[in-house]
Amino acid sequence: MNFTLRVWRQNGPTDPGKFEEYPATDIPADASFLEMLDIVNEGLIQKGIEPITFDHDCREGICGMCSLTINGVPHGPDRGTTCQVYMRKFKDRDVITIEPFRAAPFPILRDLAVNRSAFDRIIQAGGFISERTGAAPDANSVPIPKPVADAAMDAAACIGCGACAAACPNSSAMLFVSAKVGHLGLLPQGKPEKNRRVLRMVRAMDNEGFGNCSNYYACEAVCPAGISASFIARMNREYNFASALETVGAPL
Amino acid sequence: MTLDAKIPAGPLDKKWTNYKNNAKIISPANKRKFKILVVGSGLAGASAAATLGEQGFQIECFCYQDSPRRAHSIAAQGGINAAKNYQNDGDSIYRLFYDTIKGGDFRAREANVYRLAEVSASIIDQCVAQGVPFAREYGGLLANRSFGGAQVSRTFYARGQTGQQLLLGAYQQLSSQIAAGNVKMYPRTEMLDLVLVDGHAKGIVVRDMITGEIRSHAGDAVLLCTGGYGNVFYLSTNAAGCNVTATYRAYKRGALFANPCYTQIHPTCIPVSGDYQSKLTLMSESLRNDGRVWVPKRREDCGKPPHEIPEEDRDYYLERKYPSYGNLAPRDISSRSAKEVCDDGRGVGPGGLGVYLDFSDAIKRLGKRVVEERYGNLFEMYQNITGENAYERPMRIYPAVHYTMGGLWVDYNLMSNIPGLHVLGEANFSDHGANRLGASALMQGLADGYFVIPYTIGSYLTEQFGKKKPDVSSAPFQEAEKAVKERIQRLLDVKGSRSVNSFHRELGKLLWDKCGMARDRAGLEEALARIPELRAEFWKNVSVLGQGETLNQSLERAGRVADFLEFGELLCRDALHRNESCGGHFRTEYQTEDGEALRDDENFAYVGAWKYEGDNAEPTLIKEPLVYETVKLATRSYK
Amino acid sequence: MSASSAPTASAQTLWQVPKAWLFSSIGKKCVVAVTGLVMVLFVIGHLLGNMTIFFGPGAVNAYAMHLRDLGPLLWVARLGLLGAIVLHVYFTMLLWKENSEARPQKYAVAAPMNTTVFARTMRLSGLIVLSFVAFHLAHFTWHWVQPGHAAYYAEVDGRRVHDVYSMVVLGFRNPLVSFFYIFSLGLVAFHLSHGIGSLFQTLGLSNSTLRPALETAAKVLAWVLFAGYSAIPISILFFGLGKGIVP
Repeated sequence: MNFTLRVWRQNGPTDPGKFEEYPATDIPADASFLEMLDIVNEGLIQKGIEPITFDHDCREGICGMCSLTINGVPHGPDRGTTCQVYMRKFKDRDVITIEPFRAAPFPILRDLAVNRSAFDRIIQAGGFISERTGAAPDANSVPIPKPVADAAMDAAACIGCGACAAACPNSSAMLFVSAKVGHLGLLPQGKPEKNRRVLRMVRAMDNEGFGNCSNYYACEAVCPAGISASFIARMNREYNFASALETVGAPL
Repeated sequence: MTLDAKIPAGPLDKKWTNYKNNAKIISPANKRKFKILVVGSGLAGASAAATLGEQGFQIECFCYQDSPRRAHSIAAQGGINAAKNYQNDGDSIYRLFYDTIKGGDFRAREANVYRLAEVSASIIDQCVAQGVPFAREYGGLLANRSFGGAQVSRTFYARGQTGQQLLLGAYQQLSSQIAAGNVKMYPRTEMLDLVLVDGHAKGIVVRDMITGEIRSHAGDAVLLCTGGYGNVFYLSTNAAGCNVTATYRAYKRGALFANPCYTQIHPTCIPVSGDYQSKLTLMSESLRNDGRVWVPKRREDCGKPPHEIPEEDRDYYLERKYPSYGNLAPRDISSRSAKEVCDDGRGVGPGGLGVYLDFSDAIKRLGKRVVEERYGNLFEMYQNITGENAYERPMRIYPAVHYTMGGLWVDYNLMSNIPGLHVLGEANFSDHGANRLGASALMQGLADGYFVIPYTIGSYLTEQFGKKKPDVSSAPFQEAEKAVKERIQRLLDVKGSRSVNSFHRELGKLLWDKCGMARDRAGLEEALARIPELRAEFWKNVSVLGQGETLNQSLERAGRVADFLEFGELLCRDALHRNESCGGHFRTEYQTEDGEALRDDENFAYVGAWKYEGDNAEPTLIKEPLVYETVKLATRSYK
Repeated sequence: MSASSAPTASAQTLWQVPKAWLFSSIGKKCVVAVTGLVMVLFVIGHLLGNMTIFFGPGAVNAYAMHLRDLGPLLWVARLGLLGAIVLHVYFTMLLWKENSEARPQKYAVAAPMNTTVFARTMRLSGLIVLSFVAFHLAHFTWHWVQPGHAAYYAEVDGRRVHDVYSMVVLGFRNPLVSFFYIFSLGLVAFHLSHGIGSLFQTLGLSNSTLRPALETAAKVLAWVLFAGYSAIPISILFFGLGKGIVP
């Protein structure tokens, strides 16, 4: 198959950046999108052009490292990561536009690679259960109903890729944050810190400069882990409740 | 040089308890004075950094990914073993220990493995307390499954994403310690050298992958938790970034590299479909619980659509050869059997490199809904990659490099022969012998980080009181930095015409052919002759564009491939010297009449640890004899 | 285990905590949602009142008289509504500003990604609706558009009151005015079809089971409101409602 790529090239964080056009020729239909980029890069190297920088690692859809927006959709067609997009999804001779994830809190490092440390800082603000190694009771001492464990797992499946914020017209990170708040808040082990967790994580999110949720649900549409935007409603509820408790000085 | 594994005295089941009772404790006030450098943030690295941080040490943690949450532990699908015996099916610490030793073909250290089995139960407690959403029964208690050749159900799992959930648990704990100021995290930072001060590991040289800055970090001890070297084969189930650089650099600084030839080939991966391929995708081994593996009995049937091949013309070779384990035979055995039938010309799919994994019986027995519930995501993944529907047509699978049992040599304290240098998780060699059982890698990574190193590191650190603190401006650091910078410059200066990837691919293919699932003397010698040529060509003709002072992925890869080009030789050398077949190491010259691995306990019941002697000198082999006090060496039979 | 302390109210003044909530991303959205809800309730009430027009001049004029008789209460309601509008618009604009700052560089290719045209045009439809509300007030409350209407009087229970019936009938007899109203009401429905469903999500009164039902109900309500409101100009223009009225 043959394609024309319009690729965002940006030399460094301060470079304004621009689109460059490259042909992608003789691409096997069974190649993944990243393998297609490998082939294109190989060709660029032969011509003495610096290859396109793009983040990737596991190439099996779980690490969350890739950060490409393909034809305006983070991770590209179908709900999944870029490494799981296969070229047979495209039509021969398609023009494919590749941009990095765009959001103010995800500054571009180079070409298609962005810095997503903002997500790490949000987790550091409270996305954990304070538990000291060795202090845990027997694993079966607290039964957790299967539906609750399953719901927590639905949220915990988040791979932290940032596609939600990249897809949201407002660059809102609500889906990411609500997934962690939901995962930990649903489990009995996470309940003691529930209120302070949601307050701190939402504040950290706001401090990073993410936009506000307008209930567009674009996040949900692109999420490779299939996280439901219902977790956002849940977080709104938890946050309002915790704020009310905090206002009246109840112990959190 | 003799190797002292420092195994505590006493009966096997009391060694760890005795050790802990007598371990040297560092007071909280003194812990603050020690800085520990943790390289890698996977299960081993994150759990160690978090736990040591909690204890009050100053931790600096490094990873090459953009976040510690992305370490490749995240990709483990199947589960984690623990001797909880929640199923009341006869499991015990001893049984887990024995299964692991036997699974490793009696090439692991008894005491280490026993300790692993002992702490396994605490890992599950720890993870549940952290909020890892393990699968549960309707009654709310934890669910288990049997996995990868175990006869008891001791595997805990979180859908097909167990590694992800365990890693996120450790990552979250690490995050809490970063927030608390106990751990300083350096993402997108790659370790390029180890710094020795008076023979002790006291620091590392790193490259900031965003700015290209080369700088040193000094500490009182260094923990390498940098994973395995499976990517030396180019095509593997490892993440693209996985590399041998950290451990190989430590090897070049004098750490011993043990058993590099023990590489695990996972039997259930999606077959290779073309040259462009960059990665082999693993399908969880749990598929073998319900799927039946077969190939056509006759070569001429291979081209036929599978449903046109009648039952009597199918060879369910695992069930035929290993009636008691059948499709659940351990990984090395299943993989090799797949290779045998393909070598026999009975493989299916492109290039004849594939075997069928058939779910039609399971669908008949359980119904499509149950199969979908158990494996739905895997079937979806398979369809996405291959475009085939596995509910209607058997999957095609083929083995792929998955895990490396070999690694840096460590003693019972997880310390290498370089004082201060500790090695955890897949990066060390200690627990899996010549073959790792399914769901044991997660167990080992977390055991090392949560429950072993926090106790054993004291044995080194207590000897460091009053010693001069290492200083990054001192000569050893400056020299190491200079060497790193020079090497980077050399890579940039070659200005050849071949891409880094093409060298890597060629090396990988060579190793897969000559040192893959089956090895022989002639092939290994060929590889040993070819690798230096390839390496020489690399340094003459590699093309690394761009500069060192920016984000430069070609340069990052070039450094890693350069190390693979040296390490590949060590791998073949180890495979050549080990004149026996055991676990993941199968030498065709050493097999029984019916094609099973033929171990040579008399001559090879030792850990083969290699000592670097210089770039143009052969490394020296140092042997640590494996002494079995409790188990009797037996032929590993799964018939 | 964590070094920093919990967020507690004791260290802060009583106002700081609600203020932090109010200006947080979720708080701002809640203000928009709650004020939106107030206006939706008003729009429903207003429609119910308007429906009295179908019961003849007496009914609608009596309704208008009773409304005016509320006196101070009416002013409370008016100020409340005004406050809701001001807060709704102010916080929306604040959100808009922050949201644009969060995406300084737009994508070269726009893709819808499941977003609806209703959701994407909320600010635009909202601003047009706002100007429509101003026009509507200028038209029927302040009589700036058709000043002659202020002079219509009718008698209810022996009291001389403003003849709302004639004003409405004569106002809508102008096709331009009617079409403008119907068009604007369409935009109101457009706005509400996302807005009503959305407010449950924002206030956290939704989950994956409820969300589809709430969204459908919101759309139905929005277009029922549209049908109810536009029934008046349509009846006047095409079905001869109030045909006896002459200017």
